[in-house]
Amino acid sequence: MTRKLLLENDHIEGIRTYDVYRKNGGYRSVEKALKTMSPDEVVEEVKKSGLRGRGGAGFPTGMKWSFLAKPDGVPRHLLCNADESEPGTFKDRYLMERIPHLLIEGMIVSSFALGANQSYIYIRGEYMYVLQILEKAIQEAYANGWLGKNILGSGYDLDLSVAPGAGAYICGEETALIESLEGERGNPRMKPPFPAVKGLWQRPTVVNNVETIAAVVPIINDGGDEYAKIGVGRSTGTKLISASGNINKPGVYEIELGVSVEDFLYSDQYCGGIKNGKKLKACVPGGSSVPVLPHFLVCKTATGTDRLMTYESLAEGGFETGSMLGSGGFIVYDEDQCMVKNTWNFARFYHHESCGQCSPCREGTGWMKKVLHNLELGKGKVEDIDLLWDIQSKIEGNTICPLGDAAAWPVAAAIRHFREEFEWHVNEPVLSQTRNFGLVSEKSFITQTV
Amino acid sequence: MSEDAKIKITIDGISTEVAPGTTILNAARMIGGDVVPPAMCYYSSLEGSGGKCRTCLVEVSKGSEKDPRPMPKLVVSCSTPVMDGMEVRNTTSARVLEARKGVVEFLLINHPLDCPVCDQAGECHLQDLAFEHGLSKTRYEFKRREFDKVDIGEYIKLHMTRCILCYRCVYTANQLTNGREHGVLKRGDAAEIGTFIEKNLNNDFIGNVIDVCPVGALTDKSFRFRSRVWYTKPMDAHCECTKCSGKVVLWMIGDEVARVTARKDAYGEVKDFICNECRFEKKEKTDWIVEGPRTISKHSVISANHYEREIPKHTILLNKA
Repeated sequence: MTRKLLLENDHIEGIRTYDVYRKNGGYRSVEKALKTMSPDEVVEEVKKSGLRGRGGAGFPTGMKWSFLAKPDGVPRHLLCNADESEPGTFKDRYLMERIPHLLIEGMIVSSFALGANQSYIYIRGEYMYVLQILEKAIQEAYANGWLGKNILGSGYDLDLSVAPGAGAYICGEETALIESLEGERGNPRMKPPFPAVKGLWQRPTVVNNVETIAAVVPIINDGGDEYAKIGVGRSTGTKLISASGNINKPGVYEIELGVSVEDFLYSDQYCGGIKNGKKLKACVPGGSSVPVLPHFLVCKTATGTDRLMTYESLAEGGFETGSMLGSGGFIVYDEDQCMVKNTWNFARFYHHESCGQCSPCREGTGWMKKVLHNLELGKGKVEDIDLLWDIQSKIEGNTICPLGDAAAWPVAAAIRHFREEFEWHVNEPVLSQTRNFGLVSEKSFITQTV
Repeated sequence: MSEDAKIKITIDGISTEVAPGTTILNAARMIGGDVVPPAMCYYSSLEGSGGKCRTCLVEVSKGSEKDPRPMPKLVVSCSTPVMDGMEVRNTTSARVLEARKGVVEFLLINHPLDCPVCDQAGECHLQDLAFEHGLSKTRYEFKRREFDKVDIGEYIKLHMTRCILCYRCVYTANQLTNGREHGVLKRGDAAEIGTFIEKNLNNDFIGNVIDVCPVGALTDKSFRFRSRVWYTKPMDAHCECTKCSGKVVLWMIGDEVARVTARKDAYGEVKDFICNECRFEKKEKTDWIVEGPRTISKHSVISANHYEREIPKHTILLNKA
């Protein structure tokens, strides 16, 4: 049985309320950190744990914290990025909805480590009911002396508030989040300067994902070394995976990093296999932005080794034959799904969510969507597939923020692995409207790597 | 590092020394000529501009003397500061030219290409850019984005269909005038420049948004459809003005002042912004002290048929001999 650190108590009735949470060992880490540790020791502990950002990029959290500029007399801020909008990812919502105090506890410890006296949780506008849960929990925390002036008599002050967005995917990008929090239009900023130097109101700022901040709690409770024992290599600790698609048991699972993909996909403990006994066609292992993997590359890497649920193993083979752990949105497709339609659907999302600030993303995402729609409807030409490839290659890496990359990668991966299916849509325009292509052959992939 | 310390940068094999903090684009402009990347959104006098159009992408093949690793991605030269010993490739990099071609194509897919009826034609940055880097045919087979034309104020017409969303006018309106009057609404390719519920823009300096617009999205209503720019003669002129510097260019048709604009430098940027009164009201030649013909780049279509400098005869004779 796998160890659970974040969702250990999520089944307990009433864990959402302060009293039950406290009775089950809540706020221990705050006591430990504020009474026995210095801020630098907390940072050191997080560094030791090897915790990596859970929002998608996987940047080591301890290192991110140590980059924070600390000029005298300038306030610093910790922002929690709860603008979880990636299609296929819903782990943060589950965490905040079930155990809101875990996030608040993590925010207190993390803010203490960074010396921030005013911290914010930026939550997406669609999660309005979660916002109410969080606000209630914050009120309880204030009432019990965990927030406010002079917490636990340590002399440390912290104010925490929740700010809702207006429902824009782009505000999950850290600089856009900061702009939005300042009351501006949520456009990403140019970097440098990075938020660690000039963030919210030009002050040093750290932006962390909900799950990252929650993971600080077990790290402080049990020690960073203990946390680092879980996992494989540089992927330490546990990760929440949002499993969805054609599987028997969709939902949020906490896994120890290092579980094999095959185990995760087929064992009854997790996804429980493909629904209705169908065959696996494809899998997006980390949310809609990461490259899709065809069935023969999901459980095994191109070199034939077992693929594990770790940052490294999922990325093995680069984008040619690998993908990314991303934010942990594990989407599974069975043989009845159409990859052209799926890619069009993703492209439609990125077109809708592009902020429109820089030209390649603003114009390119819409163009890709239209071309993909034609292909899906059987009105495409063979040249359209090459055109799509060309468009995505001109968006990728040429935009201000990673949204351009996120829009380009799924299209690139779909063409790379499922070109056969795209061509079938062009050559069989009538048939492609009545049935799906089925599994893509392994042979075609080897002969036509782009 | 002392204030007058200079750092070395090499762009396309040409080296120069610049002050720390200079951007790659400005360093390239100090060298001049072909190494200067095109810029559609950067405007040196507007704070915060740049980084949006992505036409000025360059390749940094050597980060700096201390850290010689190349940068993995192409960077925007308008907002990347120079590091000591940095080596930059602009036109010598196939990657840059390919990416720039892509950006031009992206800018053009939703542009109406109505140059034959557009007042900006002849002094349009997008036209120049497309001429230099674009394809002569389009691969875009869909309906282009369209908007209604909007009157924003007494003097300015907004033709949003032509806009490339460079944000220059937004920064101009925010920085030259009092308060925020002008912004971007909506997002993605539905984004549009607009004022709050089609409010009039009647600030004294709002006319400058016409000059900063790289395309024909914001045009001078007193000049719309009067003449092609290359049929007008630009003359430097000035006047005593209490609000602005009074340094302008008069665009003459015969003895008539067809249009007044601020003076743009070689990169199409205005250094001395002018007030609305100078721009829109003083349309008599007697309002101005004319200094003489304005020098226009010989590559510009505006200089066609005008002011051909008389070439001294003896040089021609010498060459022939």
